[in-house]
Amino acid sequence: MNVLEATGLEVRYGDLTAVDGVTLALTEGETVAVLGANGAGKSTLLAALAGTHLPTSGRVLLDGEPVTRVPAHRRVRRGIALVPEGRRIFGSLTVEENLLMGRYPKRPGPWDLRAVYDMFPLVAEMKDRRGSVLSGGQQQAVAIGRALLANPRVLLLDEVSLGLAPTVVTQIYDAVRRITEAGTTALVVEQDLDQALRVADRVQCLLGGRTVLEAPAAGLDRAAVADAYFGTHPRRGRTPAR
Amino acid sequence: MDWLNAGVQGVLLGGQYALLACGLSLIFGVMRIVNLAHGVLAVLAAYLSLVLVQQGLPLSLAMVVVVPVFAALGYAVQRGLFNPALAQVRGRTSGELAPLLVSFGVAVALTNLLQEVFSADTRRIPTGGLASAGLPLGELSIGVLPLITLVVATAVIAGVQLFLARTATGRAMRAVADDAGAAAMTGVDPKHMYAVATALAFATLALAGVFVGMSTQFSPGYGDLVLLFAFEAVIIGGLGSLWGTLAGGVVLGLAQTIGAQIDPQSGVLAGHLVFLAVLVVRPGGLLPRSVQA
Ligand SMILES: Nc1ncnc2c1ncn2[C@@H]1O[C@H](COP(=O)(O)OP(=O)(O)OP(=O)(O)O)[C@@H](O)[C@H]1O
Ligand SMILES: [Mg+2]
Repeated sequence: MNVLEATGLEVRYGDLTAVDGVTLALTEGETVAVLGANGAGKSTLLAALAGTHLPTSGRVLLDGEPVTRVPAHRRVRRGIALVPEGRRIFGSLTVEENLLMGRYPKRPGPWDLRAVYDMFPLVAEMKDRRGSVLSGGQQQAVAIGRALLANPRVLLLDEVSLGLAPTVVTQIYDAVRRITEAGTTALVVEQDLDQALRVADRVQCLLGGRTVLEAPAAGLDRAAVADAYFGTHPRRGRTPAR
Repeated sequence: MDWLNAGVQGVLLGGQYALLACGLSLIFGVMRIVNLAHGVLAVLAAYLSLVLVQQGLPLSLAMVVVVPVFAALGYAVQRGLFNPALAQVRGRTSGELAPLLVSFGVAVALTNLLQEVFSADTRRIPTGGLASAGLPLGELSIGVLPLITLVVATAVIAGVQLFLARTATGRAMRAVADDAGAAAMTGVDPKHMYAVATALAFATLALAGVFVGMSTQFSPGYGDLVLLFAFEAVIIGGLGSLWGTLAGGVVLGLAQTIGAQIDPQSGVLAGHLVFLAVLVVRPGGLLPRSVQA
């Protein structure tokens, strides 16, 4: 059975349809990368999966159970953890307190503070510092650690490479790779194709809120991905809904 | 000697202001709402305990009843009134003012209701001589009730601070104050957490109201003054910082008693002037913002 499954998802912001009939499924232990240009609807898709922005139609199933209208805070308790775009670290909490927020749902599993500190030794050194003083890479590590501490059934990662130096991106994806290789089911939203291919079993490309390409990561045709990225329009960027 | 006395009385008075201001500070710190009904709610708590005492309940027992009742009331008010108003702000269907206006409406309605029920006459909660008892300290006399109030204020603020710093719920409350959306992503229900914060705030303001009712003649309109002094203590101490609020209360109390020492008519005015001076020099207050551990 699929761990996470979405069918015919449509998500709107007022008149704008940001996700327009997307279907997606993650089997146990699988890692899927969702690719797409700015404004393709990737974050909005994750929002509908995590419950932070509810879809206007379609269904979301977690382990076969419908969670389409379950609010975000209850969805985490059931095992969908989101590492949000922009990291959303709690600035006035210490690093350790930020991580402990991940334990709020008290879900049992392999991840505890020690395991996260082992994965990110630099975070361990910063544990008593406030979230607001961290660098981008440190914030990203804390955001990932916080989500892991919820011991999720499925981990959703939104552009964890965004705004980070190339060496830091590599370090973060080293960690993501270790997490996915340990068997965690994960959905990785990314614009950096190379990094995405390091961790993904399959890729799904979005354009204007629709799936335009689905392919296994192994032997992926990069030209096809590039086409899917930009569609037939040469214009890059925000794609208005029809 | 007189100056020393003014100083001591000022610190004691500051205890009352700090206790009054604690809940206002907490609600502002967690959800950026200035609760304009704060004062009249404290007065409501005073009336409620007065009624219970008149029914023959010992005052201590009346407090044991009033404080949890107010905590429950706070939870309900947050879920029923403030959360919908906050949702309007977040959803941009109204300006930032919605929660402020809702609390203003509550304040006006409640003041009128109290006037209907209890008339505009001033009342006082009978304390069996406690309010006039004093401890001699050298040449000075320390009022027993103000001293108890200061101790209670310090204990309440320390307790709330410990709760925020050391418990998982307190941590979640600070997380919600930082970023409610991100807190929801970790499993915290912001609406519930706001309601818990308001319940706690109402519990402290009820306690404060009872202490005010014991030490002062109050009437339904007295809430305005309570709100004003509490607000000044919060601003002087720094928005959202509870230790700052304690300090702010003491500074306000000192300004009032020392001002009155200079000119007996000008005590309250001196307090206002200090408040204004703080606003001009440091709009954020004397201590930095946010509910911090
Ligand atoms: N809160 C919002 N209100 C209104 N429109 C929004 C909102 N968030 C996103 N949009 C719009 O929805 C569309 C999809 O945005 P989304 O953030 O999902 O794209 P994305 O693929 O994550 O892009 P990026 O790579 O820039 O993060 C865009 O047209 C965007 O302008
Ligand atoms: Mg995005």
